[in-house]
Amino acid sequence: MEPLQIPPVNLILLAPLLTVVGWASALLLVDVFLIPEGKKKLTGYLAIAGLLVAGLVGLPLWNVSGSTFSGMLVLDRYSLSLTWIFVIVGALSIAMALDYLPRHGIEQGEFYPLIMFAVAGMILLAQGTDLIVLFLGIEALSITLYILTGFAYPRLTSEEAAMKYLVLGAFAAGFFVYGIALVYGATGTTSLAGIAEFLGRQTLVAEDQTLLLAGAGMVLIAFSFKTALVPFHMWTPDVYEGSPTPVAAFMSVGTKGAALAALLRVLAFAFEGVQAYWLPVLAALAAITMVVGNLGALGQTNVKRMLAYSSIGHAGYILLGIMVASERGAEAFLFYLLAYALTNLGAFGVVIALEQQGESVWSIEDFAGLYQRRPMLAVAMALFMFSLAGVPPTAGFMAKFFIFTAAYEGGLGWLALVGVITSAIAAYFYLRVVVKMFMQEPAREVQPELNRGLNADIIIAGVATLLIGLVPTPFIFLAQQSLVALGG
Amino acid sequence: MVPTAYYIILSAALFTIGVLGVLIRRNAIVVFMSVELMLNAANLALVAFARERLNVDGQVLVFFVITVAAAEVAVGLALLVAIFRTKNTADVDEVSTLKG
Repeated sequence: MEPLQIPPVNLILLAPLLTVVGWASALLLVDVFLIPEGKKKLTGYLAIAGLLVAGLVGLPLWNVSGSTFSGMLVLDRYSLSLTWIFVIVGALSIAMALDYLPRHGIEQGEFYPLIMFAVAGMILLAQGTDLIVLFLGIEALSITLYILTGFAYPRLTSEEAAMKYLVLGAFAAGFFVYGIALVYGATGTTSLAGIAEFLGRQTLVAEDQTLLLAGAGMVLIAFSFKTALVPFHMWTPDVYEGSPTPVAAFMSVGTKGAALAALLRVLAFAFEGVQAYWLPVLAALAAITMVVGNLGALGQTNVKRMLAYSSIGHAGYILLGIMVASERGAEAFLFYLLAYALTNLGAFGVVIALEQQGESVWSIEDFAGLYQRRPMLAVAMALFMFSLAGVPPTAGFMAKFFIFTAAYEGGLGWLALVGVITSAIAAYFYLRVVVKMFMQEPAREVQPELNRGLNADIIIAGVATLLIGLVPTPFIFLAQQSLVALGG
Repeated sequence: MVPTAYYIILSAALFTIGVLGVLIRRNAIVVFMSVELMLNAANLALVAFARERLNVDGQVLVFFVITVAAAEVAVGLALLVAIFRTKNTADVDEVSTLKG
């Protein structure tokens, strides 16, 4: 055996990640010892500040690229753009939670550092170029999310959701590790670049080929669980319904985005050589995910469950960009992720505003007549629903347009067609909410609760959704710039 | 020296037992144990491959897997205690107020 060597380490490349982790660890202690009970909001503000600092730390790294820890972690513009998206998602989720937690009697200071740790896991997924690091990233993200899902203790639905999520998440982790073991057995390395090099260098003997394909399949199953692709999606509606709403919002965009970002790297670099095998599998997964996700949302009367199914459908659309695995596809993926993240966080913000103290219904009936009571809130919700449905001139329309174009150009015309048809079906349940808000009388007295954090969240999300839809050029430019020298 | 294939067959058998355990058993503690079995089957495969290839990468990964498994079980047991306090059961089927 070769002796163990300490690899050269360049911590500058990990600056945003280290900032988040360091800040969160310090914040845990500060929260316990310095911040008195009842002032825990301060912890939340500090957490937002930490995330913003991490985002700023990333700015001077735009023109830097390189890998460290023996090629296990990489900094490139792709990972940096993703880092910024995740930081925004984390900050907005915390902003939503600031008043949500005390109102529902579950305020604990740990909530905010936990979100930061989850963001750190997501950044790790964006930067990882080794299956070991990707495993750690997924687990760092998932374990914090199990805790956050069960945060509404002693509400039983929250604990139950956390339990379901944990059992299925751990199950998926088992598949992931076993998949890594088999890939390692076939290629002798866990580094994405190493696997790619191995596949490009020589033709595999039949035995190793079987090992590799079985391993890749298991890794794919694990990713499908994490991103809730049909048929591995059963947990999603239950977990979203049971978890505190800001956590559901965070999960719906964060987990999916991070896991899909890592999947893109795995497929496009490590397993490019066996594309002929994974492409049809993923195509089938994407098609049924789009169909089942959108059909499932049709019959829901609970808004949280509806958004859960909608997020399943959107994962199917995002998968189109990943499958193309070209620069074009990756651009479309980044753009879609940004647009979807902002829109969905906004929609969840409105749901939080309507969530009544001590209740857990989230009925779509509560939206009836919202326009008469809170016109601005209704207009904002309508904007988010239009964007999720993909109606111009919103961010969702541009995002869908790019994804479908990329898929069509990448030779996946039939999938783009499935995407267009399911989007048309999806319009029904998104617009149903709009119809309820503007054309029906209120079914019961629901007092929307708005506060500073929630207002900021809805305004930022709304403005961004419109802005990306009306002037997409700078954002497209940014996405294109992000892919310069995308590499493993 | 025992051939690597034997280890892999054993680990595949253990992994299958673990998967079946998660799917069939209803007691949450047994489900956690089955998950552990899955992870440790993977560890066995990793170590066996690492020995065959005289390469330490696989053994290093095993440490990470053990750590992660411990963290996961810690959270899982905490949740189980929380559920047990209100429901007085560790049966995953009896905890089903949310309907998919």
